[in-house]
Amino acid sequence: MKKYLLPAIKLTIVLVILLGGIYPLLLAGIAKMAPGKGDGVTVTHNGRIVGYEQIGQKFTEDKYFWGRPSAVDYNAAGSGGSNKAPGNEDYLKIVQERIDTFLAHNPDVKKSEIPAELVTASASGLDPDLSPAAAYIQVARVAKARSLSPQKIKELIAANTKQPVLGMLGTATVNVLKLNVALDELK
Amino acid sequence: MNTEILGVIATYGLTLLLAWPLARYIVKVFRGDKVWSDFFLPLEKLFYKISGINPNEEMDWKQHMKALLTINLVWLVYAFFALLFQDKLPLNPDGNPGQTPDLAFNTAISFLVNCNLQHFSGETGVTYFTQLFVLAFLQFVSAATGIAALIVVFKAFKDKTVTHLGNFWEIFLKTITRILLPLSIVIAVILIFNGSPASFAGKDTVVTLQGDTQNVSRGPAAGFIAIKHLGTNGGGWFGANSAHPFENPNYIGFITEMVAQVVIPIAMVFALGMFIRRRKFANVIFAIMTIGMICLLIPTMQAEMAGNPAISHLGIQQLTGSMEGKEVRFGPAGTAYWSTVTTIISTGSICGFHDSMMPVTGLMQLLGMMLNCLYGGCGVGILNYYIYIIIAVFISGLMVGRTPEFMGHKLEAREVKIAALITLLSPFLILAGTALAAYVLVHHPGVDWAVKPGAWLNNPGYHGFSEMLYEMTSANANNGSGYEGLGDNNVFWNVSTGFVLIAGRYLPIIGPVAIAGIMAKKKYIPESAGTLRTDSVTFGVMTFAVIVILNALSYFPALALGPIAEYFSLYR
Repeated sequence: MKKYLLPAIKLTIVLVILLGGIYPLLLAGIAKMAPGKGDGVTVTHNGRIVGYEQIGQKFTEDKYFWGRPSAVDYNAAGSGGSNKAPGNEDYLKIVQERIDTFLAHNPDVKKSEIPAELVTASASGLDPDLSPAAAYIQVARVAKARSLSPQKIKELIAANTKQPVLGMLGTATVNVLKLNVALDELK
Repeated sequence: MNTEILGVIATYGLTLLLAWPLARYIVKVFRGDKVWSDFFLPLEKLFYKISGINPNEEMDWKQHMKALLTINLVWLVYAFFALLFQDKLPLNPDGNPGQTPDLAFNTAISFLVNCNLQHFSGETGVTYFTQLFVLAFLQFVSAATGIAALIVVFKAFKDKTVTHLGNFWEIFLKTITRILLPLSIVIAVILIFNGSPASFAGKDTVVTLQGDTQNVSRGPAAGFIAIKHLGTNGGGWFGANSAHPFENPNYIGFITEMVAQVVIPIAMVFALGMFIRRRKFANVIFAIMTIGMICLLIPTMQAEMAGNPAISHLGIQQLTGSMEGKEVRFGPAGTAYWSTVTTIISTGSICGFHDSMMPVTGLMQLLGMMLNCLYGGCGVGILNYYIYIIIAVFISGLMVGRTPEFMGHKLEAREVKIAALITLLSPFLILAGTALAAYVLVHHPGVDWAVKPGAWLNNPGYHGFSEMLYEMTSANANNGSGYEGLGDNNVFWNVSTGFVLIAGRYLPIIGPVAIAGIMAKKKYIPESAGTLRTDSVTFGVMTFAVIVILNALSYFPALALGPIAEYFSLYR
């Protein structure tokens, strides 16, 4: 063992410098050319930064589209999911409450039409997206709260829908923050 | 066809497409042929010179293991103290505290052994310094350790009778400079341009559109995410791991990270065939591993896409499948594929929380980690599979009444004993560990630990038992994923899984290397009509049967108490 100890220590030191120091610095340099300059991409509204494009945020007012329920209340300094098991009784009560809340705010919607993602917590607690179906189901509420025609809001959703990669891989998504900013900018 | 399923098929197809040329490249690197990356040679020479290493000094298998264990010990000591005192070290913009001794012990070991169980959350439990200089560093070197051990075995297979098996330092360093580092840079750059942060800026505070205040953790994450996948490590920069939108920004990010985590394990199987010039032998192994993966994948995808029956019962149609603990941009099919891959190859990164998945999925995840050889982690997957091959050769030999041989060398009592011990080790660690945890929970629920045993389960009933079983299985398999609801940052889990991690890592490396090293020294026996052919489909099926039977016998009772019982109570 002794024969190998000194080379091991020295090799460790040079590798720590290469992999722990030079490697991330190189990437931070490359990131200067990327959108957001490696700091994360922000969204601006009326000259004010209102959040990060990729980080979901809490929306509770009727005039905004709501995102996914969050187990960490959209705290982006402590991401996480609920970790509740599918058959956990306490968890199912929480889901039932979410269903009731959603129905109370969206009286035109039938229970069986609610997409599951609107009553279940996301993995990160920061899911920035909805599926198009989960956005369209909220149109009536948002239209009423803003006194706009539902058709106009549907067009806005369509304009903010990101199709699957190459049109055939993965899911279609709607970024909730960008959609809500677009709503505020309609006027 | 459904775009989600198509996404999964395309991702796997892309992986195979890239694994083949990567395998050719890996073989060239370790045969010493000329390759494009030879411009790293001056850097490597500089490293040898500084470290006082002669890369031409040949080692036998014992010397390889001594060098490997020595440098691993150096890393353990370094990592432990750095984590303990991280609050006093630089690069801590968020002002995070130092780790407690038991947590530092667990974290250091966990990253050292390529596992990355994280009993802390990335945003608050570590600093930029420890993330980069300790954790990401260990992600590189632990993956290189596994690959280097496998290359030693390749060399032992290749020649007829051989004692010297190359130089450990050279194989290890080349793995980093020629394979892991260049690939990591490529992967990281793709992620950066899709939105993963890479700068050293600290936490940001924004006022949201609706007027709430939101704190947003950031940091030089992209490079970390790249090596966490390429090296089959799996530890997340952020608490939510690759479910976090910064850590896995979109479906392109999903494809990139999925390919990154499984491309080296698959390439190593192809490289085996090319390196020892027995393509058919490697192809049969690849086929068996792939069939194993598909057997786990299909029930998983089916269960997740069908949704949670308890939520259907509340009157919600789950047209897109079960969504608790999942992200919209990946969807249930993609998340299911990720969960299967991450458990069979010991990455342990996640893009949806395993704790909230269906019981069938949980069963498949546990099985993936228990087998731990379907592609498997960087290097170690094939080493695990090699042990099953030895057992299969031995049993086949008994069945036909011949002295078993493998690669032209007699397989004798000593080698079979080593293989048997390694095979028994996993069930012992997993089942004894889980039993101990369950005992403490039931008989000493109020012990004054950071998390009391009575409070460490996040879910009642059978699923609660699965949380403990999963943690021990993950530790033994050096996987690192978890049923994250488990309150595991206390002295019991930190210390117990710490020891399981060490035993589950080094013995399954030393065992196969020892067997290969001992056999390589023996007299070469040319193949004859009486030789059991190990590159035939029949032998592949035999190995598969050995894997299934050994694991079914070992784990069925424990699985019946966890996910199987949960299944029958959920789908009444």
